[in-house]
Amino acid sequence: MIALLRRDLRLAIRAGGGFGLGLAFFLILVVLVPFGVGPNSDILSRIAPGILWVGALLSCLLSLDRIFQLDYEDGTLDLLATAPLPLEAAATLKALSHWLTTGLPLTIAAPFLGVLLSMPSGATLWLVASLAIGTPALSMLGTFGAALTVGLKRGGLLVSLLVLPLYMPTLIFGAEAVRRGAEGLPATTALLLLAAITAGCAALLPFASAAALRMNLR
Amino acid sequence: MNFGVENLACRRGEVTVLTGVTFEVAAGEALILRAPNGAGKTTLLRCLAGLTPPVSGVLNFSIEDVAYAAHADGLKAQLSVEENLQFWADIFGTHNITPAVETFDLESLLTRRAQDLSAGQKRRLSLSRLMLTRRSIWALDEPTVSLDTENVARFAAAITAHLAQGGSAILATHIDLGLPSARTLDLSPYRAILQDTPSDDPFLDEAFL
Repeated sequence: MIALLRRDLRLAIRAGGGFGLGLAFFLILVVLVPFGVGPNSDILSRIAPGILWVGALLSCLLSLDRIFQLDYEDGTLDLLATAPLPLEAAATLKALSHWLTTGLPLTIAAPFLGVLLSMPSGATLWLVASLAIGTPALSMLGTFGAALTVGLKRGGLLVSLLVLPLYMPTLIFGAEAVRRGAEGLPATTALLLLAAITAGCAALLPFASAAALRMNLR
Repeated sequence: MNFGVENLACRRGEVTVLTGVTFEVAAGEALILRAPNGAGKTTLLRCLAGLTPPVSGVLNFSIEDVAYAAHADGLKAQLSVEENLQFWADIFGTHNITPAVETFDLESLLTRRAQDLSAGQKRRLSLSRLMLTRRSIWALDEPTVSLDTENVARFAAAITAHLAQGGSAILATHIDLGLPSARTLDLSPYRAILQDTPSDDPFLDEAFL
């Protein structure tokens, strides 16, 4: 099982892999926002939690269609489906490697980018916590969307349309946790609901993704 | 290992392509599928490999025993030959890539990236994966495409060795591999007769799915 994860991570950092794509997009977005909104630090610090969360969500979205599409095109997915590794496990590992190459770097980079948006320092901890808890759900939902559209040429747009509504609850509770943290209000409830979403996704979506893959490989 | 199917019907997409396929292959025997293009060779092999569930009929073996080699090579261009093989060896739990390397003479290519291989070398690498599966039924779809005569002989020797160890194989191929115990099965009689006329609904058209 670890072989698939190792291979995906290796492919991501080799030439033509997707590693850094999401991070670069996140960086560009957050750097551009102060230019667009103006240097008023009151406004910036108020919108910072939302911008950082929307940025993280969009950069996750950017690399979704690569999760299964490349393996489908070169025939690897057919061979994986006939291998002893269950497709449920393969889908989980794909989601994990997507998170390790997008969600985790975003979580680590976010506090530094928060400074650019003059986010209150009290919110940094909440930002890191909410991203660390929330982005795995984004990767798992995205893997499900990618599995649904795997046979389609140029399925990227469709994945985005399918997955965006599913991303809403994560975005709402994630940004809410950071906003409350920034204002010094208790944020634990939002964080717990975020954790519940991630736990639910982890429990259910590998099976849904594997079923979608089986349908599409027919 | 013995394997066979009884009264099998398979489909590709929503179209039933084959019906009533029945055959039995003994251990040590190879079955060669002959049929014109589009008659359903790939469909049958995908069905045997468990990728498409059969519409009806019985498979009297476990799909866990089938090693499937498709048309596509299934190689990762950015990884080296060794990394590609090691990945599959780990997935199939065999971990040792030496048999594959020796049988298909890949020693000198091990550090090369798959994207720098020729079409024939890619094919060799792809076929050598079969040696790593330790599965007894090989289901091969056009295995000799882009192989030169020397490597076709090498591949035939690999199959012969596999059969000698009690394995069995089913191949869709157009060339004579000179296998000692090979039977030929013509798929043409099993072609499904399309009863329903093609629908005009563009959303049901295979080309749009």
